[in-house]
Amino acid sequence: MAKYVIVGASAAGLGAVEAIRDVDPDGTITVITEENCSHYSRPMISDFVSGKAGLKKIDCRTEDFWKENNVKVIIGKKATALNFNEKTVQLEGGEKVPYEKLLLATGGKPFVPKTEGSDKDGVFTFTTINDAQRIAAKIFAINAKAAVVIGGGLIGISITEALLKRGLKVTMVELQDKILSLLLDAKGSDIMEAVVRKAGVDIITGQSVQKILGKPDNDGVVEGVLLTKSGQVTCDLVIMAIGVVPRIELVAGSPVKTNRGIVVDNMMRTSMPDVYASGDVAEAYDFVLNQNRLLPLWPLAVLEGQVAGCNMAGKQATYAGGTNMSSLKYFGVPVVSVGLANPKEDPTLEVLTKLDPEHNVYKKLVLKNNVIVGITLVNSIERAGILYYLMKNGVNVKKFKQKLLEDDFSWAALPTGLQRKMSVVQ
Amino acid sequence: MKKIVAKQEVCMGCGLCEVYCTVQHSKSKDVIKAYNSERPKPISRVTVERNKPVSFAIQCRHCEDAPCVTACLSGAMKKDEKTGQVTHDKEKCMGCWTCIMVCPYGAIKMDKENHVVAKCDLCQGFDEPACVANCPNEALVFKEVKS
Repeated sequence: MAKYVIVGASAAGLGAVEAIRDVDPDGTITVITEENCSHYSRPMISDFVSGKAGLKKIDCRTEDFWKENNVKVIIGKKATALNFNEKTVQLEGGEKVPYEKLLLATGGKPFVPKTEGSDKDGVFTFTTINDAQRIAAKIFAINAKAAVVIGGGLIGISITEALLKRGLKVTMVELQDKILSLLLDAKGSDIMEAVVRKAGVDIITGQSVQKILGKPDNDGVVEGVLLTKSGQVTCDLVIMAIGVVPRIELVAGSPVKTNRGIVVDNMMRTSMPDVYASGDVAEAYDFVLNQNRLLPLWPLAVLEGQVAGCNMAGKQATYAGGTNMSSLKYFGVPVVSVGLANPKEDPTLEVLTKLDPEHNVYKKLVLKNNVIVGITLVNSIERAGILYYLMKNGVNVKKFKQKLLEDDFSWAALPTGLQRKMSVVQ
Repeated sequence: MKKIVAKQEVCMGCGLCEVYCTVQHSKSKDVIKAYNSERPKPISRVTVERNKPVSFAIQCRHCEDAPCVTACLSGAMKKDEKTGQVTHDKEKCMGCWTCIMVCPYGAIKMDKENHVVAKCDLCQGFDEPACVANCPNEALVFKEVKS
């Protein structure tokens, strides 16, 4: 019997394995993954498509990670059912894996809006290495020339850049009025939009795809898309890159409490004893919004997995919380967005901004009661972490807030007491 | 483990630590080539922070619970359990800048030409890091520090 069973071998599962092994070097661990490739970096699959990184490079742990951590890994098999009374995980084919402590790290699946023609040859989602391999193979097989990417968020911009690097003409279709609308305000989005357009991408905002069109001589193969408001775009590939929804099907109909994702406490425990959840499937704590919610982001999934792993192994750990936070590397313009990027009008919020159009630099901070609750940095990100430290620790910035957006902002601008506390100086 | 500690009160803000760090991490190990002709441009991993009259040098603190290691998307940033150092594998790095977003010291630099990050490696293989060895006023000290 495995002491620890983990369903899912991506960020949260990896974080949990490492944390369990820090506490318990001997307890048996079984990891179950339906994917054929494990411990790869999901955020790097766009680098795989662009050709920048091969399978070896996107391996985000050591080659012998499972062996080094003494993990039994079941690869390429899907967990199909859970039995909480007998404490087992059932695999496809019927085999049952008993557990003492179970972690559900099943992640998310791509959100695919109901679209006529979405079953055609040439339509892809983009969340796994399998998707990336299929897209890369397809580009080669049909010598693809043009693609439509549905979704102008994080996933959308990553695959757009990758396809562009492969020489395709790319059209990005975003339902909202602005691209990257969850990460940037209108100003920030405009800067990025101009950069992406300049690179040769067509961006269509404020509408979506209503129908994927087939070839006249072979309707099962993509020839283009019909937009919701007006017009058609001809393409060989359609990439659905809208976002992910939590994969809660294993606990559907069970007493494990769910909202949109699995409900967890700050120790990553679900409502079922000995069952934990972490990563994209779980609704973990957001310290800015002061509520639990879905935040499907790699670094947070690792952290949540670490917390779950510690608690599963008997060392109490609590999750301090994350927030919507991403750094972007696309189209040569680094962007960091943490917390509130584009809050509605609110008299309790103070907004500081700085724009340098000549250098495409835009910085914005959102403060509430003199505590940072939002950071947006476009093209000037090297000091992002200091701002994030102030934000995460709820530091009152009243006395030095005018310095926060200055070009030379650094720890030297912060109070001596804080410098000493963080051992920045002796 | 041994860490680099900054003595703010004796730092003159001269920036020589940056110069020596840059040369140390250059291919040529020659100050003129490193600054004027070498490509990709070598990057200093130490920065002199100035807010007159205060100045001090800052570089990777090799945190015990290093946020950059947890956040790293590619597995390039690692904690060496034996030495306590936070190591960065340039070959593994995807240049996603996630570590920069979470480094509380702002001590991770962008190497834009190579599209990777660069940070202090404590000058592996040398008795003392170049910034410490060459600080004219001993404002940088390499010494045993708890955690």
